Amino acid sequence: MSFYDTLMSLDINEDVEFIKKASSFEVTRAINKEILDVRDFLALISPCAMRYHLDSIVAKAKAVTKANFGSTVGLYVPLYVSNYCTNACTYCGFSAHNHIERKVLTFDEVRAECEAIAKMGFKNILVVSGEAPHYVDVEYLKKALDIVREYACYTQIEVQPLDTDEYAYLQQNGLDSVSLYQETFHPKTYKDCHPKGKKADMRYRVEAIERVASANIDKIGMGVLLGLYDWHYDLAALAHHMCYIKDNFISTRLSVSFPRLRPCASGFDVKYPVNDYELCQIIAAMRLFQKHASLSLSTRESAEFRNMALSFGINNMSANSRTTPGGYTADNKELAQWDINDGRTVYQVVDYLKGRNIDPVFYERTV
Amino acid sequence: MSDFVVGGVKIPSRLIIGTGKFGSPEILSKVIEASGATMATLAIKRVDVKDGSDNILAVLKEHKMQLLPNTSGAKTAKEAIFAAHLAREALDTNFIKIEIHPDERHLLPDPIETYEACKQLVKDGFVVMPYIHADVVLAQRLADVGVACIMPLGSCIGSNQGLKSEAFIKLILDVVKLPVIVDAGVGSPADAALAMQWGCSGVMSNTAISSASDPIAMAKAMAMAIEAGHIAYEAKLGAVSNTAIATSPMDDFIKEAKEWASMTH
Repeated sequence: MSFYDTLMSLDINEDVEFIKKASSFEVTRAINKEILDVRDFLALISPCAMRYHLDSIVAKAKAVTKANFGSTVGLYVPLYVSNYCTNACTYCGFSAHNHIERKVLTFDEVRAECEAIAKMGFKNILVVSGEAPHYVDVEYLKKALDIVREYACYTQIEVQPLDTDEYAYLQQNGLDSVSLYQETFHPKTYKDCHPKGKKADMRYRVEAIERVASANIDKIGMGVLLGLYDWHYDLAALAHHMCYIKDNFISTRLSVSFPRLRPCASGFDVKYPVNDYELCQIIAAMRLFQKHASLSLSTRESAEFRNMALSFGINNMSANSRTTPGGYTADNKELAQWDINDGRTVYQVVDYLKGRNIDPVFYERTV
Repeated sequence: MSDFVVGGVKIPSRLIIGTGKFGSPEILSKVIEASGATMATLAIKRVDVKDGSDNILAVLKEHKMQLLPNTSGAKTAKEAIFAAHLAREALDTNFIKIEIHPDERHLLPDPIETYEACKQLVKDGFVVMPYIHADVVLAQRLADVGVACIMPLGSCIGSNQGLKSEAFIKLILDVVKLPVIVDAGVGSPADAALAMQWGCSGVMSNTAISSASDPIAMAKAMAMAIEAGHIAYEAKLGAVSNTAIATSPMDDFIKEAKEWASMTH
C-alpha cells in the first residue's frame, strides 16, 4: 500500500486530539525514551510539552545533536535555475498567476552561477526550479547537474515530482538527494492551495517520496510548509510518512526542513502562523524523534533564530542564498520566490560559527 | 609491555581517535596533544580528494598521525570498496576501516556487506580493519579472510552507552587471535579501562571525547584509562571470589608466634 493510501486510512484528526490532550506523563516518557514512535513525537509537540517541558526537550535535543553531529554544521547553497511555473500555489511567489519576470537559465548561465558559488566555497549545491516541464525537464536537469557536479561534491534537487525512472536516471548520473515538501497533508487545504497545474494531484506528490526512495537516491528531504494548515495535523502526518519511508526503505537517509510561510509576491494571508517558540519546539521534538536525520533551516529564517536553532537540533543550513534564477551573478529581487531573512554573507556565517567553536562543513560526499 | 601492532605497523598509543565531530581543527589538535594518540580515523567522504586542502587532514599530517580512513556513508560492499580505493589514492595509505551501515536509525554494521568488502579489500592489499557487531562467528570468518584486526561495537555509535556487548567481546577475545579494538559506544574512561582489562588491544573513541564539556581533558582521561587498563591486563588481575578471604591468612599465626617468642625468650 502506498503512503497516500495509508494516509487516507489514518485518522490524523485523532492524532491532533491526542496532541491537545497529551499529559506530562506522556511527554516525560517520550523525553526519556531511546527510540521514539509517532505517539512519542506527538506528545513532544503538544501544548503540555511546550508549557511544562520545553527546557527538558531542548536540553535533550542539544545532547542528541552533539552526540550525532558533534560541533559541526553542514553548509549548502540553493541554485535557482528557473522560476517558470505552471502551478498556481496560492502562497508562492512563483505562482503562474503572479505577473513577475520569468527566466530559465541557459547552461552557460548555470556554469556562471556555479563559478560564483564556487568562489564562496560551497561544494553542496541544491538545484531549485518551479514546475514547468517544458522548460525544466529531466534532460535539462541532467545537463544542469552535469555542470554543477564539476563544482560540487554533493548535488541535490528541489523541483517538481518526477517518475521513478526519471529519478533513477538522475541517480545513475550522480544525483545525491531530492527534497520535495508536501506543503500540507490536509486534503482540503491541499486542494484549495493548489487549484491548478500538475501539483493539484495530491496523490502524485505524496507518492513521489516512495519513487525517490525506490530509485536508490541517498537522501530525501521532507517537510511541510508551516503556516498553511494546523501544524499539529501536518507534523503528525509527516511523522507517519517518515516512519513509512524508513520502514520500507531502510537505507534511505532522511532530512527534514522547516519552511515557514513568509510574505511573498502573492501577498498570501498566513492563516495558521507558527511562532518562534513553536518552531523551536518542533525542531527540538524532531531531533528526539529522528536522532540521525539531517535537520535543515534555510535563510527564510532570521540570523538570530538560525543561530539559536543550531544549538538544539539544526545540523545543516544554507547561507548567502539567492532565490532568483541567476541571483549569484546579477541580483534581481523582482524574480525572487520568497524574501531572505538572513542576509549574512557566507564569510559572516563562517565567522559566526567559528566564534562558537562550530566547524562549518562544506565538503561531504555520499561515500 | 607488549607492543600494539596492526598490519605490521607498531602503533605507539592504544587510543584511536575519531575526528569528525570537533568544533574546530584547533580543538582536534589539542585533543591529539593531550591524549598522545598516534592513530586517527577520518571519513573519506569528508576529504576533498581533488584539492587536498582539508583542515582536519592538515592537523593530522602536522601531528604525523597514522591515518585510518573509514568508509562511513557506504551502504554496500561496492560503495565501501570504491571508498577504500579512493582513500588509498588520496591519502597514500593501505589502512582502511570498513564501516557499512545502511540504516541511519541505528547505524549498525551490515555483516554480509562487510564480509564481502573485507574479502575483496584484503585481496587488493589493504590493511583491513572492520567495524562489526560483536558477532563471534563473523569475527572468526573475517580472521580467516585475512583482516588485520577486529573492531566490535560496545553499543550503538555515538550512544555513549558503554559495553553492552560485554559477553560477546570476551568471546571474540578468546577465539580470535587478532588485535581486538572496541569501536563504538565507549562512553567513559571507565568503559575504556574495562575493555582493556579484558584484553582488548585498543579503543576507538570519538563521541565520548567530542561530546564532553571539555574534550581536551576528556581525551587525556581516556588515554590514561586505556593505559591503566592495559597495564592491569598485563599484570593479570587476581581472581574474583564470592566469599570473603582474609587479606593475609598468616596474621594470626604470626601473632601467636610473637607471643610464644616473648614468653620463651
